[in-house]
Amino acid sequence: MSDPTTTAGPAGTGDAGDRWGPALADTVVAPEAGISTPDSATPPGEAPGRTFVQRGDRIFRGLATGSGVFVVALVAAIAVFLLVQAVPSVVADQGNFLTGRTFDAGDPTKLNFGILDLLLVTVEVSLFALVLAMPVGLGIALFLTQYAPRQVARPFGYLIDLLAAVPSIIFGLWGLFVLAPVLQPFALWLQDTLGWFFLFSPGNVQIAGATVFTAGIVLAVMILPIITAISREVFARTPRAQIEAALALGATKWEVVRMTVWPFGKAGYVSAAMLGLGRALGETIALTIILAATPQIFGGSLFDGGATFASKIALSFAELNNNLSAGAFIAAGLVLFVLTFVVNAAARWVVARSGAKA
Amino acid sequence: MTITDRDLERPATAPAFIGISGSRRFRNGLATGAVTVAFLIALVPLVWVIGTVLVKGLGSVLNSAWWSESLNGLLARQEGGGAYHAIVGTLFQGLICAVIATPIGIMVAVYLVEYGGRTRLSKSVTFMVDILTGVPSIVAALFVYAVWISVFGLGRSAFAVSLALVLLMLPVVVRSTEEMLRIVPDDLREASYALGVPKWKTITKIVIPTALSGMLTGIVLALARVMGETAPVLILVAYAPFINFNVFEGNMASLPLMMTVERSNPTDAGADRLWGAAVTLILIITIFQIIAAVLAKATAPKTK
Repeated sequence: MSDPTTTAGPAGTGDAGDRWGPALADTVVAPEAGISTPDSATPPGEAPGRTFVQRGDRIFRGLATGSGVFVVALVAAIAVFLLVQAVPSVVADQGNFLTGRTFDAGDPTKLNFGILDLLLVTVEVSLFALVLAMPVGLGIALFLTQYAPRQVARPFGYLIDLLAAVPSIIFGLWGLFVLAPVLQPFALWLQDTLGWFFLFSPGNVQIAGATVFTAGIVLAVMILPIITAISREVFARTPRAQIEAALALGATKWEVVRMTVWPFGKAGYVSAAMLGLGRALGETIALTIILAATPQIFGGSLFDGGATFASKIALSFAELNNNLSAGAFIAAGLVLFVLTFVVNAAARWVVARSGAKA
Repeated sequence: MTITDRDLERPATAPAFIGISGSRRFRNGLATGAVTVAFLIALVPLVWVIGTVLVKGLGSVLNSAWWSESLNGLLARQEGGGAYHAIVGTLFQGLICAVIATPIGIMVAVYLVEYGGRTRLSKSVTFMVDILTGVPSIVAALFVYAVWISVFGLGRSAFAVSLALVLLMLPVVVRSTEEMLRIVPDDLREASYALGVPKWKTITKIVIPTALSGMLTGIVLALARVMGETAPVLILVAYAPFINFNVFEGNMASLPLMMTVERSNPTDAGADRLWGAAVTLILIITIFQIIAAVLAKATAPKTK
């Protein structure tokens, strides 16, 4: 398409990052050497064979580059379109967008919405899930890469991956209808014994179990396969020589893990956890099902209800029919997008930095 | 001086290997126990979730009407009917998404592996694919809403859902294809170049066929994942209890949407449909995973 480098020289020389570029171009179109291209019977030195090769390459290269540009443009377009839709509503907002604690956007003439409560619930439920999932994910990754016998490590790993294949709506239904009643006695016990601490104070929802507590546990199960998959990959790449050196010095299995596997894979594990966090922040339907809506403001307790960015949007969006109300929810979506963007970019940064060091 | 048997049996030097001390042995055992328990903990929800769904939903699925009838004309409390309309919707939306996302995803991966090198564009593409991987499904749905409905003024439709699913499927296809293309040995490419085959033909005739097995697996698995997405269908299409084959117009059901609708149906019929749809969804995803495995076997390059 519009790639100046390809049109500049003979076929292939424009491949800046191509390891075989120049050498290949010589082989394909060098008429002096007497090598003809097998797909054209044109005698050496004649133009048609040359243009044919060039055109096919140019089109294919253009398509590939175009697709790459498309992806970059797509992410930019997501940010731009959401921003354009969100700004009029935020301007029309009668409350404070950043510090408001209620989200009333049903009436386009009386918009009054703020994201503070959504943000607090989203962050609390995601961090709670992360705190639960991180140690378990670490344990599974170590078990699968270092402890499990080689023959069973693969099928066991497949079982963990199966968790990621279960649709989140099913996790949501299971969480509310099956898990929440089972957890209820434990939740009540926590409230009784640790109720003086704000995290465990009795909550503001009437429906038993429709709380941040249940939601966080379900979310932890859902991000577990992400954390495990990436940590597993990193731990499995620990240099064999280092492990064997540690074993030769008489280290126990645990000491091998602590002294070679862990230092090597620490950064990968941290970034895996952050990717899990990114997933948790954006999880929609499971939380929509589990978390009970409540008119009261969020008190910070694990036994509160409320709504995250995603669940709030999912709950209210289907009935919307005017752009101003939709814009209010799109503004919330934009904040969520920025939040996940920052978390994901930070995760990549952690990996890139550690990779540079290693 | 008498030499006793005891002296003869005693080693001349202290043994080189000292037994592992109790505390080290204890810590090692503790760690082994902890990681094993961690793995077992993860199996609990897996078995529990799948068991729950099967126990509650298998009854309604084991009925031929479930696979051939819709819920058209049935009241919420009436038993009977099936999920045919929702199955059709899920498959349609998923397949349209795959038709759009697969070629783009493969071309992006080809760009990254064969053309991009270490240029700035290729680095930003890699970064953006990573970002796209992390885009929550609800944000993808909002984006499609902003473009398709707010700006273009088109109605809610199943096609809009497919577009949102494309955003979710694309990065997964790129990632898996890229991985597969990268492990194609350079020898194959060089052999092809040495025969004078142009680069694009080398890619389409040598590189992609070699990587095809893994690529197909990745694509089918990605498709299986997006078919269970609920957020886009909630926002971008309305539920219909009847069969609709037109993806561009009108309401269309899908299994996740059917589940969210039947969830607010407090009758026994509602619960049956809810869990029946859950079983069906898991079943469809499982079938696609099996297809992926079969495709991988069938298209693997012959090594002998």
